[in-house]
Amino acid sequence: MRSIKKLLACTVGAALGAVMITGCGSNSNGGGKSDTIKIGVFEPKTGENGSGGAQEELGIEYALSVRPTVTVDGKEYKVELDWQDNQSDKTVSATAAQKLIADGCVGVIGGYGSSTCIAAGTYFKDAQVPIIGTSCTNTNVTLGNDYYFRVCYLDPFQGTVLADWAIENDFKKIATIDNIGNEYTSGLVATFKKEFEAKGGTIVDAETFQTNESDFKAILTNIKNSGAQAVFAPTDYVYAPLLLNQSADLGLEVQWIAGDTWYNPVITKDAAKNAEGVVVDTFYAEGGNADFDKAFKEWLNADPKRLEANIGSDKIVGNQVMCYDAYMTLCDAIEASNSFKGSDIQAALKTINKQDAIGGAITFDENGDAKKNTTYICKITDGEFKFVEAVTHEE
Amino acid sequence: MSSSYFFQQLLNGLSIGGAYALIAIGYTMVYGILRMINFAHGDVFMMAGYFAIYAIAIFPWYIALPIAILGTIILGVVIEKIAYKPLRSAPRMSVMISAIGVAYLLENLANYLFTAMPQSYPQIDILKKVYNLGGISVSRVTILAPILTVVLTFALIELVNHSKLGMAMRACSKDQDTARIMGVKVDSVITMTFIIGCGLAAIGSILYFTDRNTVQPYSGALPGLKCFVAAVLGGIGSIPGAVIGGFIVGICQIVITAAGYSVFSDAFTFVLLVIILIVRPSGIFGENATDKV
Repeated sequence: MRSIKKLLACTVGAALGAVMITGCGSNSNGGGKSDTIKIGVFEPKTGENGSGGAQEELGIEYALSVRPTVTVDGKEYKVELDWQDNQSDKTVSATAAQKLIADGCVGVIGGYGSSTCIAAGTYFKDAQVPIIGTSCTNTNVTLGNDYYFRVCYLDPFQGTVLADWAIENDFKKIATIDNIGNEYTSGLVATFKKEFEAKGGTIVDAETFQTNESDFKAILTNIKNSGAQAVFAPTDYVYAPLLLNQSADLGLEVQWIAGDTWYNPVITKDAAKNAEGVVVDTFYAEGGNADFDKAFKEWLNADPKRLEANIGSDKIVGNQVMCYDAYMTLCDAIEASNSFKGSDIQAALKTINKQDAIGGAITFDENGDAKKNTTYICKITDGEFKFVEAVTHEE
Repeated sequence: MSSSYFFQQLLNGLSIGGAYALIAIGYTMVYGILRMINFAHGDVFMMAGYFAIYAIAIFPWYIALPIAILGTIILGVVIEKIAYKPLRSAPRMSVMISAIGVAYLLENLANYLFTAMPQSYPQIDILKKVYNLGGISVSRVTILAPILTVVLTFALIELVNHSKLGMAMRACSKDQDTARIMGVKVDSVITMTFIIGCGLAAIGSILYFTDRNTVQPYSGALPGLKCFVAAVLGGIGSIPGAVIGGFIVGICQIVITAAGYSVFSDAFTFVLLVIILIVRPSGIFGENATDKV
């Protein structure tokens, strides 16, 4: 028995050693000696934002299938994606970021959820690895970080547009629900409140909850008691079915308004009839680019696994378009800089002018944010997100 | 504050308190017999949620729910046999660490098997029927939760005080070695304890998740900790104590959230734990055990 254990220990030890050696070997190749380069993907595969991250990954995977190589110095390099799971967790995000840097990624794409992006940002800045944010809308993601760019619009814009929409549609008394510790939700609630009150609306009740809460009955009873006509709840999508179903149990009948995260099939699936009438905004509404829609849907339908990751439908989520654009922008910047050096790619990103992006042309301002001023308002009707109007807001 | 608002919040508190009470019983019973905190209990409760989801996908609810309860019991017993039984003679701390390991294992297993995506808990019509009483809107499960909790608690107290199994349980909790000498099958008593604890956790999970609609791999972590606090508050080892503790924790949580301090609702539960440990470490109903040092 003892000898078997010894043998086992030796085998495991040898295997570990082998893994470490090969691991180091592939690292040194990442720099560009061979014919492949690595692009990192910084997304949550697990945790509260796991399904959002999985959907975004589809967008990146599709982009890779469309453009599998980049050309630098007249030589074609195969792109390899380096997937790291940040587990929707700020601490794990730091580890994931360090792993991506250690793997020698020339650039990174991601991710879903502002909190994790903010936590990881400084690592990329220090290592001079450019990263392009997909759907992290909080201002602080790119602020003061020269290596963080982003292709989506920002919270102040989103909150302002939704507040305008509420005023225009005659909702004067609104309750807000904020998730403490979630930069995305808090940012949106703050900008919404500012614009809404400036335009003459009243916030009758400001409720808060903590991450991972699943019992909203107390705060929903408060909202019912406050006489609000509408509720602004730009939470992560996991809370949406809980809020909607529990408010139906309590007989709370209000207009629900939320941000881009609620544009997610989980809501129509899990809240079913209780989700009817919910208003959200999104980065891209299907129909914006018919050729892209068609090709992407074909790609999704080609593999049941992709459909499953997309929550069983071939509906295009705005985030996926952002991911596609982020990947293409990064590849363009690599080719424009004609280099794999982080600082060169970053310089190229600063001056990029990408007119053919699917979700609207991309040029970055001094903070590294794409100059976008259009959002798409959608309403859940008959169990589907129906496009209502495109809203453009000029500062 | 209108009276309908007050009663609505009270009902919210009672329904969550009922579910907490059922889970807290599991902590308290295992502690009573093994003198260890079964930190995996909250995650067993979460797994019960998944079992119900998958059982209802196949069977009608009146078959599916017993299957889910049975599945949870089997899981609990298997955990005891694999993770706790081999450590019976080890220091108590080792068993506790093993329990924490099992808790993480279950969370990650759920993550792997069922994905991190929150899954919709089946809405059983018979439980979800909504009543409307003068401005108060309440689903049947909300009313059922506290009633069922009280009924089950009385049945359990009866069992512990007036049955042969109950006597064996009390004997084991007083002194395992002596009980063994007296011919009590300690191992099967411990198995029975896990069966009852996990069965109640499964019923608690049906009450809890029917009202809260979604299950995800970390659904059990926080309720588990809160129920642990409830058990300590009531006096760990005491069944009525766990139930009272469960209701206190549940109602406090709703009162604090309703008052607009949801930031502190979780923190309060743990402040409560600290206070009770300082002021009255044996809890409300706890026996004043004099440990031989």
